[in-house]
Amino acid sequence: MSEEVRIGVYICHCGSNIAGTVDVAEVARWAGELPNVVVGRDYKFMCSSLGQELIEKDIKEQNINRVVVASCSPHLHEPTFRNACSRAGVNPYLFEMANIREQVSWVTADKADATRKAKALVAAAVNRVAYQQPLNSLFVPINSNVLVVGAGVTGIQAALEIADSGNHVYLVEREPSIGGHMAQFDKTFPTLDCSACILTPKMFNVGNHKNVTMLTWSEVEKVDGYIGNFTVTIRKKARFVNEELCTGCGVCQEKCPKKVIDDVFEAGIGYRKAVYTPFPQAVPKYPVIDKENCTFFLKGTCKACQKFCPRDSIDFDQQDEIITVKVGNIILSTGWDLFDARQIPQYGYGSLPNVFTSLEFERMTNAAGPTSGKVYLRDGVTVPKSVAIIHCVGSRDRNYNNYCSAICCMQSLKFAHLVGEKTGAEVFECYIDMRTPAKAYDEFYQRIMKEGVHFIRGKVAEITDAARTPEEEGKTIVQVEDTLIGKQRRIPVDMVILSAGLEPRHDAKQVAIKFGISCSIDGWFIEKHPKLDPVATMTDGVFVAGACQGPKDIPASVAQGAAAAARVLSIIGQGEIEIEAATSVVNEETCVGCKECISTCPYTAIEFLEDTKKAHVIEALCKGCGTCVGACLSKSISLKHFTDEQLVAEMIGAMRTMTLFEAQGQEVA
Amino acid sequence: MSSLQTQARAPTFFDEVVASTPGECHLDQCIQCGTCGGSCPSGADMDHTPRAIFQMIRAGLKEDVFKSNTPWFCVSCYYCTVRCPQEVHITDIMYSVKRMSVKEKGYDDSTAPDFSKTFINWVENFGRSFELGLASMHMIRHNPFGVFKIAGMGVGMVTKGRMAFTPTRIKGMNELKAILTKAKELEVAE
Amino acid sequence: MKYSYYPGCSLERNAAAYNVSTLATAAPLGLELAELDDWNCCGATEYISLNLTASFALIARNLAIASKEKGRAGLVAPCSACYLNLRKCDKYMAESSKLSGKVNTALAEGGLAYKPGTVKVRHLLDVIVNDIGYDAVASKVTRPLSGLKVAPYYGCMIVRPEFNGEGSSFDDPEQPVTLDRLLKALGAEVVPFPMKAQCCGGHMTQISDSSAFDMIRRLIKGAADNGADTIVTLCPMCQLNLDAYQGGMNAHYKTDYKMPVLYFTQLMGLAFGMDASRLGFGSELVDARPALAKIGVETPPPPEPPKKSKRDDKSLPMPKMIAETAIHAGTTIPADSSQTSAR
Repeated sequence: MSEEVRIGVYICHCGSNIAGTVDVAEVARWAGELPNVVVGRDYKFMCSSLGQELIEKDIKEQNINRVVVASCSPHLHEPTFRNACSRAGVNPYLFEMANIREQVSWVTADKADATRKAKALVAAAVNRVAYQQPLNSLFVPINSNVLVVGAGVTGIQAALEIADSGNHVYLVEREPSIGGHMAQFDKTFPTLDCSACILTPKMFNVGNHKNVTMLTWSEVEKVDGYIGNFTVTIRKKARFVNEELCTGCGVCQEKCPKKVIDDVFEAGIGYRKAVYTPFPQAVPKYPVIDKENCTFFLKGTCKACQKFCPRDSIDFDQQDEIITVKVGNIILSTGWDLFDARQIPQYGYGSLPNVFTSLEFERMTNAAGPTSGKVYLRDGVTVPKSVAIIHCVGSRDRNYNNYCSAICCMQSLKFAHLVGEKTGAEVFECYIDMRTPAKAYDEFYQRIMKEGVHFIRGKVAEITDAARTPEEEGKTIVQVEDTLIGKQRRIPVDMVILSAGLEPRHDAKQVAIKFGISCSIDGWFIEKHPKLDPVATMTDGVFVAGACQGPKDIPASVAQGAAAAARVLSIIGQGEIEIEAATSVVNEETCVGCKECISTCPYTAIEFLEDTKKAHVIEALCKGCGTCVGACLSKSISLKHFTDEQLVAEMIGAMRTMTLFEAQGQEVA
Repeated sequence: MSSLQTQARAPTFFDEVVASTPGECHLDQCIQCGTCGGSCPSGADMDHTPRAIFQMIRAGLKEDVFKSNTPWFCVSCYYCTVRCPQEVHITDIMYSVKRMSVKEKGYDDSTAPDFSKTFINWVENFGRSFELGLASMHMIRHNPFGVFKIAGMGVGMVTKGRMAFTPTRIKGMNELKAILTKAKELEVAE
Repeated sequence: MKYSYYPGCSLERNAAAYNVSTLATAAPLGLELAELDDWNCCGATEYISLNLTASFALIARNLAIASKEKGRAGLVAPCSACYLNLRKCDKYMAESSKLSGKVNTALAEGGLAYKPGTVKVRHLLDVIVNDIGYDAVASKVTRPLSGLKVAPYYGCMIVRPEFNGEGSSFDDPEQPVTLDRLLKALGAEVVPFPMKAQCCGGHMTQISDSSAFDMIRRLIKGAADNGADTIVTLCPMCQLNLDAYQGGMNAHYKTDYKMPVLYFTQLMGLAFGMDASRLGFGSELVDARPALAKIGVETPPPPEPPKKSKRDDKSLPMPKMIAETAIHAGTTIPADSSQTSAR
């Protein structure tokens, strides 16, 4: 320390949150007598503008050059107080916080214990701050390109907003066409808009946008870099169709002799050919050849598509293309998978022919689907006279997924309407609760009630074909307790629709790892804060939007897509971004080049310099976790703002205080 | 400080049922979805479905619960327990209700409790069950005229050699008696 | 492999056929079953309705005795109720030190003690299919049961409750498949039987006629509707209810079912070429002879179903079943079928 250390200590009351348990006046008085402390104050709300002015005033008038605030968690207000220091001319890294709320007043019952512990933490902070050094943040420039992964309605929305602002978007989609699950639906609740009709204009816009590079039938392979400077490697899988020549006329599909069950877009109840576009409004219009089912790839024969293509655009020799792009921000909007109802054997899906899942039914009622929009039983010809719709299949169930899938109640009501409209069949809807919270949702429920649907409050126990009475013979029987009358009922119907829950994509975990973010225990991508920051993640520059963050409906997904776009545009608009200065630094003189730090760094933030054979920290990637400091065998790495000297001083401050109390015959909790 | 401590209250019927069930029965997690009532093979013949019984327990309707035939019609098939989305140990709770209603003699129809008592009487004295003794004592008490209905079956069981005429006694009967006496003492001490 | 054997009260007399056929087939399977010394009744579903500690102490006496026997791979119970009681007692004692303490205090009066987790409780079917294996069973078959249509009936207590971790269920609690597979290994034709794990009613016959007969009827009807020649069971209570009370059920509903109910060990013995007299046949109340007459008889191949012209076939494809949850045990299940988009 080259100059005299003059510390100002401020103890916050936080209303009664702290003051109700800790004797704040006493702590302030006691702090005032610690070495190097010039002033010790207590105040009701340090985070208020008046509280901050206290600090700024003392800095100016009393020449304070180190500040300690004992209040809440740094997660909440470290930036607040650092900014106050900055404004008054003190480097923000000469500030330290002691958490005497979450770590003392909120968890300690006894007031004397709490006050002693607060004193110990304050002493620790005071000791430490004397060793702190001024640091300057790193500013990194932001590449204005953006990567959007997943082109369902969420990704499309985000891409359009960013593209419209003049910045370039790389839109990557794993399927042959953009559109996601929304393209599969028939009608959407609560308006009963035709799903494709409201989606396809957006799909067309994004597909033709001059600022969008659309990469379908593609997947991200690798992501390197950090916010503002990501390098992304994308594999554009071979379509075996030359996009320069193909006009999307569809003759290849027509002529292809190989029919397979389409278990992606048609949810397994329809067929497609080995060369196909998933649906007529596909964007882009170019088909793909499914290598695993194409006769040419399996046996070397056929090639009907090539023979009939008027533009000779079939290219069996086409290879996957590896594309590398540089972007500044990434938005993940990868969507969801449907719960596999085969996991619930007592519901009969997969063994009883007339039990369908929600997606199967969506495809059935869709006018462009396998039955041209008509509702039939599995035989493809019989119109059902009675249909049961079951809520909560695989959701709200500790045997499968504990969470509520958010959309199934509305979806079930929608199905009830569609069944009634298309077939006039009698509809039974079995639910535990009716969750219709958003705008116009409950009104939709009331509309469906008017349509004569039989609502039964009870979670269905079994769906079976084992008839007990003549009326049940040949029917699919739903066994449920009608809880509102307290009786077990068996309802014979022709068809059952299971509102199966939403699940994270089956490879969500691997995708999260690839992008450096995390998944929750249920497998959804984790947001930075569920209430206040639902589209950001803990990894700067990577955002999540839509159902991949948690089950949600289309309005919420679109809103999140737009929110993520806005966040990204705000970062781009700033032109550069500030990186936290508490990063590691390698002492090249003592570094032996063992690479231990490189292998332990969880953020791949350390590189090995081939010319000097030394480790080097990439500051922009470094999160300041300190793992490398512990790993380094030659003690060559130190973490700025968390040096050994500072940490030891902090410990001594606390321990000395505790020893003092013990000597006085008082225990510290 | 934590506001999750509740104020001291006298134990309710709900508390008693939970305390009487071994392990964590999760009865407080019941969302009244009705999966249990829907799955129960004898549910249609119960006065109240299992789900209804749980709500009655929560409402403190001890007498009505004990008078209900529900726990006695439970066949211990465990469908409810396996399917319950909240992992409530339904069958175990039914057993608790049975035990409590026997202890307080709250049950209405004594057919089922008596059957169990008669069954156990043989076990407590011989160490093994004894069907002929059980069936005859039970029928005499509860269904004397029913003996004609099952006459055919009874004759069949005898002619096919499936009916023992005397009970078998285990060697360690004295030890078993001591064990059971001690166990009953410990149960009452609860 | 040597196991301690807990026959249970029913197998002594009422279900002697099960006992006899189990012991007869144990030898060819290489199963050594040593009867547990001086075992007592498990209390069925009766004692636990009266007294918690006493009912567990009653069961635990058997576990305590079994824990003293050395060199045993486990304690095998052929009766599902005994199996569940033993398994549940061990599990609950392991989870609740309070219960375990009380039970052991009681056991001490009889000079016994039991540390939960010591004895591995197994059902006979579990041991045969998992420890011996389907292939080993099939290799002993000299007279395949071809032509015999069987409805495999598990009942409730063998597969439920599931429990997690130690002592968890060895088959699916809704649609189990182990007995189906075993019967197929014996050469029988296994018919689809969705009711396979529904409860037979237990002691309901003593509580309420109508309720009991309804439950019995559902099972008999289910098997008959699917074309079974016989129901195959693995629990003496189920056998008693479905067999001995079938007459009463018929009288109640004015039906005329004649569905024999046999133990799987009996059929296994026949398939191994043993004589029916060694396997306890003849003690069933519903005559099994018409069904047995089918074994060994050449059956004509089933008629070819009419081929639907591809153009007329408008039916929608069915999802492929996951192997373990197939209800229709006769269907070929692809080894790894996945319906969701997985690329």
